[in-house]
Amino acid sequence: MSTTYNEADPYAGSRETTEGRVYTVTGGDWDLTFADPHGEERLVVNMGPQHPSTHGVLRLVLDLEGETVTKARVVIGYLHTGIEKNTEYRTWTQGTTFVTRMDYLSPLFNEAGYCLAVEKLLGVEAPPRAQTIRVLVMELNRIASHLVALATFGMEMGALTGMTNGFREREMVLDLLEEITGLRMNHAYIRPGGLAQDLPEGAVESIREFLKVFPARVADFHRLLTGQPIWQNRLKDAGYLDLTGCVALGVTGPVLRATGLAWDARKIEPYLGYETYDFEVPTADTCDAWGRYLVRMAEVNESLRLVAQALDRLEPGPVMVEDKKIAWPAQLSLGADGMGNSLDHVRHIMGQSMEALIHHFKLVTEGFRVPAGQVYVPIESPRGELGYHVVSDGSTRPWRVHVRDPSFVNLQATAAMSEGGMIADVIAAIASIDPVMGGVDR
Amino acid sequence: MSGPVDRSGQDPAIGADAPSGGFRKGAFGVTGSGDTSGFGGLVRVEPGGAVALHSTDRPYGGWFDEVTDALIEAVGEATYAAAVQRVLVDRGEITYFVAREHLLTLVQALRDDEALRFELCSSVSGVDYLDSGGPAVDPGRPRLHVVYHLTSMTYRRRIRLEVAVTAEDAHVPSVTGVYPTADWHEREAWDMFGIVFDGHPALTRILMPDDWDGHPQRKDYPLGGIPVEYHDATIPPPDTRRAYR
Repeated sequence: MSTTYNEADPYAGSRETTEGRVYTVTGGDWDLTFADPHGEERLVVNMGPQHPSTHGVLRLVLDLEGETVTKARVVIGYLHTGIEKNTEYRTWTQGTTFVTRMDYLSPLFNEAGYCLAVEKLLGVEAPPRAQTIRVLVMELNRIASHLVALATFGMEMGALTGMTNGFREREMVLDLLEEITGLRMNHAYIRPGGLAQDLPEGAVESIREFLKVFPARVADFHRLLTGQPIWQNRLKDAGYLDLTGCVALGVTGPVLRATGLAWDARKIEPYLGYETYDFEVPTADTCDAWGRYLVRMAEVNESLRLVAQALDRLEPGPVMVEDKKIAWPAQLSLGADGMGNSLDHVRHIMGQSMEALIHHFKLVTEGFRVPAGQVYVPIESPRGELGYHVVSDGSTRPWRVHVRDPSFVNLQATAAMSEGGMIADVIAAIASIDPVMGGVDR
Repeated sequence: MSGPVDRSGQDPAIGADAPSGGFRKGAFGVTGSGDTSGFGGLVRVEPGGAVALHSTDRPYGGWFDEVTDALIEAVGEATYAAAVQRVLVDRGEITYFVAREHLLTLVQALRDDEALRFELCSSVSGVDYLDSGGPAVDPGRPRLHVVYHLTSMTYRRRIRLEVAVTAEDAHVPSVTGVYPTADWHEREAWDMFGIVFDGHPALTRILMPDDWDGHPQRKDYPLGGIPVEYHDATIPPPDTRRAYR
């Protein structure tokens, strides 16, 4: 008896026996079945939106050939909360409490940008002390934000101690911000016309203490990571994007400065008196994740210099504009449980002056009117150009608040940075952009 | 320029008896509740009347004239006259209101001309001027505006271009060919305002889910929300509360 092989299926032959037809299944036909006529080994990997290395709820769709990324698509929107639309239904002052929640690592920049835009529409300027304190808290915030960027960078590259150290040092800054504003984040401290309140007693001393301790901590960070060969190998040449690419894709901030262009809104279009401070704009010329890491580390040092200078030039004075039609009461006191009312103000409106009570009520419930028009105000957030396009129709509410969030724009560069590279470098590239999804999705 | 907008019939909250033409009744802007104050008979100018169509005459002052001259030279006098409908200088910022047919010619010149060099497109945003009493007063009501903020890194200048379209024919040419960074901005403007950018490589929703209906940041799209009960009182959602305007 001979086995007859089926022409169409050489691996599943059969033969006739007295018991009937018997099949012989040999298998091993995978090469034939899954022949790859074009020599491709295409694999589509869906990474995120919940993944420890995606920097928040970011979803990546990666086309892989082996370990090489041929296509990188970024999917966003998982953290969209409609903040821009919400501001259209609140007063101008309430807008601060919304925008502060966008880029949650740099809340004070969101507030400052928004308030500068509203003030430009109003044609007012915050008093000098308020401006200095704004610079002070913003630069503290920049340190905290960069520390998170460096910490998560470390974690995503496998340097877990970098993360624990980064978050530990950041806690020092958050303690300061809590002491000043009453909250660790979502401060709503900067308000149109000035600040919610003056620096509390003892804050200046705490900041001075911090300035004494902190340079050593930055040096520790350098000792921990910068000289490490593994760290350098992971970062160098990863996520390459040169100046032309950055400008075409609208990338700003440390990513742009790592291409060698010292583009920083604090120097280019100074606001809040930045032109009177002495600081450098650190750059690198490597165009890769390594350069961005170095730029951020150097910026932490520059921010420390700015904080020290701001402390030195603090003069007593009001922290809110004189115009009582705009100025919310800014003499709040800080109670043991956080923020508290100003007892003097409450006594005045409740016990002494009916007109003051009416005025307070109107200002808080109705708010102030902002002359019609539109402005665009860019400031330098830790991630790049944070622009506020604010439109007023002359009423007590914003007509439109559009936020040009640097994370949103910079994240577009993911494909340019990672296509053609290794999949491991995608993580380095995104970590070096340092996107904050709260700001991306708004 | 044309007179204040006739808003009667556009805003049901104002009602038919409200004086039209950029004026509004009442001191507090409250609608939908009985007037117990006696101030309801007051007539005042509509706040948005101030954004009503107006333009700035030359000279614009500062470097604005330099940029405008360079732009005229780059695209030619005839094209400039056809493309730029009006120019507004306000609060130290210059805005060119551009006809959409000529937008691409203009941005190409703005980016490439040696005297202009607006290399960076900082932001593209949509604005819905429905019932604002503002710039949406043209016949046909081009209520949807696309606002481009361009930055010249060479000269350290910023300008604004504004293109207005109607909601029925919300088509604007995509500038992604000139400014690749406009990709996501335009997707967001499509998602939020329903503005179609012709020539965009993949105009899909970006922040809202793919199967979402409507364009949430249009003014006729409700904010949403539910009433909240607190101490036996019901607080309506923010967009249905009575409001000061």
